[in-house]
Amino acid sequence: MKAKSMGSGLDAFPRKEIANIERRLFMKSGLSMGALTLLSGCDVTDQESVQKVLWAMSHWNDKVQGWLFDPSRLAPEFPESRITRPFPFNAYYSIDKVRIVDPNSYRLEVSGLVRETRPWTLPELYALPRTTQITRHICVEGWSAIGKWSGVRFSDFLQRIGADTTAKYVGFKCADEYYTSIDMPTALHPQTLLTFWFADEVLPAQYGFPMKLRMPTKLGFKNPKHIAALWVTNSYPGGYWEDQGYNWYSGS
Amino acid sequence: MADHVKIHPLVVRITHWINAFAILMMVASGWRIYNADPFFGFRFPDEWTLGGWLAGALQWHFAAMWLLAANGLVYLVYGLASGHLRRKLTPLSPRAVLHDLRQAVRGRLAHDDLTVYNAAQRAAYIGVIALLVLLVLSGLVLWKPVQFHAIGMFMGDYEGARYLHFFAMTGVVLFVLVHVLMVVLVPRTFPSMFTGRIKSMTTRRPA
Repeated sequence: MKAKSMGSGLDAFPRKEIANIERRLFMKSGLSMGALTLLSGCDVTDQESVQKVLWAMSHWNDKVQGWLFDPSRLAPEFPESRITRPFPFNAYYSIDKVRIVDPNSYRLEVSGLVRETRPWTLPELYALPRTTQITRHICVEGWSAIGKWSGVRFSDFLQRIGADTTAKYVGFKCADEYYTSIDMPTALHPQTLLTFWFADEVLPAQYGFPMKLRMPTKLGFKNPKHIAALWVTNSYPGGYWEDQGYNWYSGS
Repeated sequence: MADHVKIHPLVVRITHWINAFAILMMVASGWRIYNADPFFGFRFPDEWTLGGWLAGALQWHFAAMWLLAANGLVYLVYGLASGHLRRKLTPLSPRAVLHDLRQAVRGRLAHDDLTVYNAAQRAAYIGVIALLVLLVLSGLVLWKPVQFHAIGMFMGDYEGARYLHFFAMTGVVLFVLVHVLMVVLVPRTFPSMFTGRIKSMTTRRPA
């Protein structure tokens, strides 16, 4: 009996010992798993193959969000009493670096798959039919704020410039070197506005003078400010944050 | 000789480990996302998080969410269709849960027969399943507050969903801590989560 136990190795240990070994092994494996994922989290993230998978998943999420997007579903609108005051400033730079755009020399350039490529002056843009919305701005960081914006429906503007609305993207270049792009269904959404007014006043510099594209169906960073040029295209224009890893579609 | 009793079906073992991996990724990346706007005034240490920065954490979170949801769906469909959930987690009465919890605090809760869950375990497992469902639902509202507005109406819209998501995460993390502590206290349960079998120590019969 004893010899047999000795021969089969593990059986020689009392049951309690086995339990202790199991516990130690478990704690060890638990520790190394934690160490791998948590302590060297950056290393795991930096692996090229891991990066490829994450980017592929982000592209997949772009597609899924496109399918989930219902062109007729409206973002909730709020009463004046719910407006966040003061409305937070947010950009890729601090507030003292806000660009000042000269309203007199300003021209909005339009190009790509459009019929009319003539640049627009501010008085011309201000004369377009005005729609107002009080909606929630949701930042990719998590916080949200409710604001009031007024301007022309972007679908209306796209129609006026004879845009090919079967194209895939609209790209934006801003006076502060920011750039981004959106999908055509969102561009045509009834709550997507090219806004020139904020809280019934001319859009202040910190909120994007002279204009901000306001989309309550997209995260805050997708809403370009200080827009200087826009173009309609089928080739993916990317974006300032999007090219660094933020999800391109980023829809609400 | 001790009998080997099968306690964890293969589907449960596989989904358990995928779930553990998915939750680890979701929590670690979620903490980094929370750090971008720490609405409770504290931050999780960066070394405990996944993703390196906000964009990286979001990529991890929105990739691992598919694993968590798909795996959870497989588990729930299997558990309901096979009767596994009903067999293991019911019946359950509040009185039995309170009784078992009291016994556990006194260190008197017996769990010799690993094939049967006591009331405290049943409550904990049902609770963590409910929390994970809540995490997925509130997560959908945070991801797409406009498209999933109908779900958000039941949780105070976008801002309400943020708090719910955080509290449900806290509940899951507490569950995991207690769960792991229990495995450390009763180590012979650990290998059974791989093999599915356990040496029954209480059903020893005279030869």
